[in-house]
Amino acid sequence: MPVIKDVVCTFCGCLCDDLEVTVEDNKITKVGKACKLGRAKTMGMFLHERIEKPMIRKNGKDSELEECSYDEAITKAAEILVAAKRPMSYGWCSTSCEAIEKAVVLAEETGSLLDSTANVCHGPSALATQEKGAPSCSLGTAKNYADLIIFWGCNPVHAHPRHQTRYSTMAKGAFTPNGKKDKKMVVVDPRNTDTAKKADLLLQLKPGSDYVLIESLRAIVNGHADILPDEIAGLPKAKVMELADMCKASKFGIIYFGMGITQTRGRYKSGDNVASLLSDLNQTNKFVMIGMRGHYNVTGFGQVAAWEAGFPMAIDFSRGSAYYNPGETGTNDVLMRREVDAFITGAADPGAHFPQESIKHLYKIPAIQVDGYANPTTEFSDVVIPAAIAGVECDGTAYRMDGQPIRMKKLIETTFKTDEEILTEIIAKVRELKGNGGA
Amino acid sequence: MAEMVIKNGVVYDPKNGVDGERNEICIKDGKIVDNVGAGAKVVDAEGCLVLPGGVDGHTHCAGKINTARIMSPHDMRYAPVAGLSGPEPRTKLLRPQVGYNTPNTHGIGYRYSKLGYTTIAEAAITPMMARHMHEEFESIPILDKLALVLLGSNWQVMQYIQDGDSEMLKSYMAWALLASRGYGVKIVNPGGGSNWTWGKNVSGLDDKVIDFDVTPADILVGLAEANEALNLPHSIHVHCNNLGIPGNITTTLATMKLLEKVKASQDRQVMHLTHMQFHSYTGTSWMDFASGSDQIADYMNSHDHLTFDMGQMIFGPAMTMTADGPTEYRNARMFDAKWSNYDQELEDAGGIVPLSYTPQHFAHATMWSIGLELALLVKDPWKVMFTTDNPNGGAFVNYPEAQVLLMSDKKRQEVIAGFPDMTMDRISLPNIDRELDWGEMTVMTRSMPAKMLGLDVKGHLGAGADADVAIYDVKPDKVDVSVEHEAVKKALSFAKYTIKGGEIVVQDGEIMALPKGKVYWVNAYENGIVQAEKDRLMTDLEERFKKYYSIQLSNYMVEDAYVPRPVEIRPEVA
Ligand code: SF4
Ligand SMILES: [Zn+2]
Repeated sequence: MPVIKDVVCTFCGCLCDDLEVTVEDNKITKVGKACKLGRAKTMGMFLHERIEKPMIRKNGKDSELEECSYDEAITKAAEILVAAKRPMSYGWCSTSCEAIEKAVVLAEETGSLLDSTANVCHGPSALATQEKGAPSCSLGTAKNYADLIIFWGCNPVHAHPRHQTRYSTMAKGAFTPNGKKDKKMVVVDPRNTDTAKKADLLLQLKPGSDYVLIESLRAIVNGHADILPDEIAGLPKAKVMELADMCKASKFGIIYFGMGITQTRGRYKSGDNVASLLSDLNQTNKFVMIGMRGHYNVTGFGQVAAWEAGFPMAIDFSRGSAYYNPGETGTNDVLMRREVDAFITGAADPGAHFPQESIKHLYKIPAIQVDGYANPTTEFSDVVIPAAIAGVECDGTAYRMDGQPIRMKKLIETTFKTDEEILTEIIAKVRELKGNGGA
Repeated sequence: MAEMVIKNGVVYDPKNGVDGERNEICIKDGKIVDNVGAGAKVVDAEGCLVLPGGVDGHTHCAGKINTARIMSPHDMRYAPVAGLSGPEPRTKLLRPQVGYNTPNTHGIGYRYSKLGYTTIAEAAITPMMARHMHEEFESIPILDKLALVLLGSNWQVMQYIQDGDSEMLKSYMAWALLASRGYGVKIVNPGGGSNWTWGKNVSGLDDKVIDFDVTPADILVGLAEANEALNLPHSIHVHCNNLGIPGNITTTLATMKLLEKVKASQDRQVMHLTHMQFHSYTGTSWMDFASGSDQIADYMNSHDHLTFDMGQMIFGPAMTMTADGPTEYRNARMFDAKWSNYDQELEDAGGIVPLSYTPQHFAHATMWSIGLELALLVKDPWKVMFTTDNPNGGAFVNYPEAQVLLMSDKKRQEVIAGFPDMTMDRISLPNIDRELDWGEMTVMTRSMPAKMLGLDVKGHLGAGADADVAIYDVKPDKVDVSVEHEAVKKALSFAKYTIKGGEIVVQDGEIMALPKGKVYWVNAYENGIVQAEKDRLMTDLEERFKKYYSIQLSNYMVEDAYVPRPVEIRPEVA
């Protein structure tokens, strides 16, 4: 039986690249080494159904989706985008960098807004990076060196199941040969999560008080513990002191932060203050951070958009050049202002993740979906274009949460077009419709 | 491909002894040839300056720069150099452009081309991150590219040096270039990158690296010897220890002397020292800090085993990015600036910090002077490469500004006049009246970088060279650069023609075509290493990947898909 080794899992930002996949009759029958999320993804056993055929609604949102050819769907998509005054392109985080490059070109050619799923998860980390930078390292460095691991506002046991064995708590590295025995693990979370159960220290802070806690740690690290009150972020001061002492005692510490930091009160200001805390701590010992990115290639979107267009997200091409002002040009900013008059999304599910106000507007404007699977977004999409699953049915590049690019493999044959092909064809059609090479 | 002939130009081609002559340049199939047929397309240079396409032998243009972009949306809107910076909308031909120190990839390609540059060398990439760099390379239009691969704090390298196993060191070096599709070997703050993972550094050549029984000196000599044993086209390319610290000239001179004992395998330097400006400081603190350019120049003028580049500073905002992690942390703390850091497992450190240089500060004024002093005090231009360490010392779009400074004492004196008094006893520039001529300028910006890199198809206009040509709207026999420096700067900023691989890519300062560039890389592994040694290396690497790396060995090497137009160079096996 043919077993493909060192397969890259394209589910979460861990991007594990050691999977062993058995393929029989062009079907994946076994996925070794993956966690259950990774196995489900790789085997295509998602809750959602596969989109089998391109489909369009011929008579508005209330009419049924009807099957059509790829050509028809692609032409219709191009027509919608060309006719629009304020189109928006969103998603592109669970696909290859090669497809993302095409999404950037399409956005340029149609004068679109372009944004990624970071708009609803780690976008604020990019803002924090703009404020204070990102002191970071590769996951392998963390594995080899880190003797103090802090999970802040994230729950890897459920969201990144192999993170702890491959890279963090349990991983054995050059200077942590005994794995967990050589490390301390701290969880900072309002909830007593499954990750927290194994922690050496849990700081169950008051929801939304992350910024206060970070600021207090900075005060302690900089020798001003005396000015702090007895209760900090809903925690006894002693507990906060304990964490500060652990930070100071470590040789190499790392904070893995999740949406508990980026999507709670304080948002990017919290992330920005984490960077300041790290800058302070590095005066005496090494301390870095890594964002626990969810979608396997949301990091890749930021990378590709940055090198192609100069900005990692929330880009507005309506002026011909790239303009960036998150808060104004982010997906939900423009949707809530009901500014957008056409929408294309790929490899994402805004229908499930956007606020109600935004979705209401999406039900009113022409929408195009490029995806392998049907999901709530399909329900308001007027053009639905089925795509091959990157990392399973086609190869390409993805960036791990620490910024490490890895080449995804093609495991089985497919008759579906890839995201890259679909976007390339839409771009060609757009050029044809505009009839002038685009400008 | 059609033939082309460039007529009526004033040609400088120092490698071939052409010094301002009205030669015709003939082009066929992307190469320079001796003659072409009567039907060849004629490009009339109208008495203007004709040079080989520019070669930037040290620039940060792909890889780390992307984190710098994400850190600095403000830079995207910044447009101090008209026509070569800031946001520009898409056109029928061109993609949108943004940025100054950290332009998007398209901006990099277009703007280097407008300056008449056709080849660029990314100066610092770890093997593990090379895939990312190649993705950006592929996105940078027009230019040919190559990469220098960071090996100066690499665990394998330090282990094999510690073991005294020069065969393994050689094999690994060759394999690392293959794995990253890299061209040459870069060493940054040898040993310091490894120590920085513990938040420490090295203070000079003889410190011990924390986790290996080696010193920076051992690393430099070990890698230099392996480099020469493999007969690589480029020498080791070194960023010395103690960058940016008063008194670091001691370390720099010691590094220069250290390499006297290694013999070059071919007719080139045995070591290239990069951004020398940042390494030529005397004094014991910022109080008594001063230029040491005279000492460096004395050494360079009396020895022939080295080359260096300037690392010229440009006043205004810069973006520093380097594998010298401890330096970046120091910068960030000193200037309370934002700080990004990246420790790449087993391979090197890295940091990014935005800085701004001002002529009103004596330290910056002194550093600015040192870069120019170095280039002017060293007599042989074949030992000096023109750089700003883009964008560490300044953005590449300012190259014409700095080039004109080298050609005009008058312009230099105008700038110096604005310096604070505290600068004057620290620098020698006011007393240096040398003005480079066009031949010397051509050496430093084209011929020398190509020779230093061992790229024999670049940097000259002899038959067989790549047809990369820059034509500038300057009449060398009529213009006095010393006086008319502003006009010359403008001409150098927007080439009349840039021809890349025989195709006109710039005309009158505008982009005309967007060919895709090639990537040069060196394969010293396939033929250079015997099978038994390859097996020995692989056995060791398999073990190391299992234990220490976070990706699989089989997923590590840059795949062919990332280098669609490679030019593979196989060094002769000694
Ligand atoms: S941890 Fe993430 S990347 Fe790894 S196997 Fe599980 S889902 Fe896939
Ligand atoms: Zn450099």
